[in-house]
Amino acid sequence: MKTRLDEKKGSYIRAFRAAFPYTIPVLTGYLFIGMAFGVMIQEKGYNFLWAMLMSLLIYAGSGQYLAVNFFAPGVSLWHVIFMEFMLNIRHIFYGLSLLERFSKMGKKRLYMIFSLTDETYSLFFVTKVPPDVREDQFLFAIALLDQSYWIIGSGIGALLGNVLPFSTEGIDFAMTALFVVIMTEQWMDSQNRKSVIIGLLCGLFCLIIFGADNFILPTMICIMVILLAGKRVLTEQEVNHNAG
Amino acid sequence: MPVSVGRSFAIIAAVGGTVFFTRLIPFLFFPKGKEIPPMIQYLGKVLPPAVIGMLVIYCLKSVNVLAAPFGLPELIAVAVVILLHVWKRNNLLSIGTGTVLYMFLIQAVF
Repeated sequence: MKTRLDEKKGSYIRAFRAAFPYTIPVLTGYLFIGMAFGVMIQEKGYNFLWAMLMSLLIYAGSGQYLAVNFFAPGVSLWHVIFMEFMLNIRHIFYGLSLLERFSKMGKKRLYMIFSLTDETYSLFFVTKVPPDVREDQFLFAIALLDQSYWIIGSGIGALLGNVLPFSTEGIDFAMTALFVVIMTEQWMDSQNRKSVIIGLLCGLFCLIIFGADNFILPTMICIMVILLAGKRVLTEQEVNHNAG
Repeated sequence: MPVSVGRSFAIIAAVGGTVFFTRLIPFLFFPKGKEIPPMIQYLGKVLPPAVIGMLVIYCLKSVNVLAAPFGLPELIAVAVVILLHVWKRNNLLSIGTGTVLYMFLIQAVF
């Protein structure tokens, strides 16, 4: 006879099995982007244990790249906090779409919030939860798998340093391709098209105006203003969609 | 190591704490059980596609379209990813082909 614990374990195994295929693109991307971080941090004199510890405790792609510069004499912690806050400010808006789904996650909720990277966030909106898997376990499996790739990648990078058997130049395009695929998926649902276009145009416009290093915050503000101002148009379309 | 072990831990804590805080903010404003205002519910629904559009631009932000190769490798690879995905709708196939093609383009062609 199966105990309740066995059932719980079994459903977690099912959740991880179901989640794994969805995370393979992130696996490719995170292994290599994580390796690049590992290479950078070991050049600063930190071994693979430090690299993996940072990926365990911080877990942010561009945030960790930026953080490499902070391991130098004379950098104030306030500077560190300010720079990281500005870089990651886009994350403030991510949780807005997940308030309800995360509220059903019990003890896992804090980890879900902690692990909400661009890639994990994006995956949540293209994955379909299989009928025999619980949603909370499925989302948790995606989040945990993604972070494990990141930690392993940064460890490998710090261990291998610059000695890689083949040129990996351009492999980080896997991340771009992942977002392009997710965007294409969103586009196929006609409800999302206006939002996708708003995001692309705001991004492009702000990139030209503010430059590559400072355009994310203006883009987020631009997106929010247009979405709020266009609420009537965007919801009308949805009502029609549901009715038709 | 350029700074002490203690200092290194302090930097990791500051970076980690700040990143976590940015992710936590919306959940502080709208804690469990509190009713989510319709405006925020609406934003939560329409924001993800827009953010993903922005992230595509973010990934391509360093592409220089004014100097050779004028962003051609990126343009070709992105176009192939989209077309392949519309045709086969297989995540791995689209991403794998696009990435290998891009690596080939920048290492061997351009």
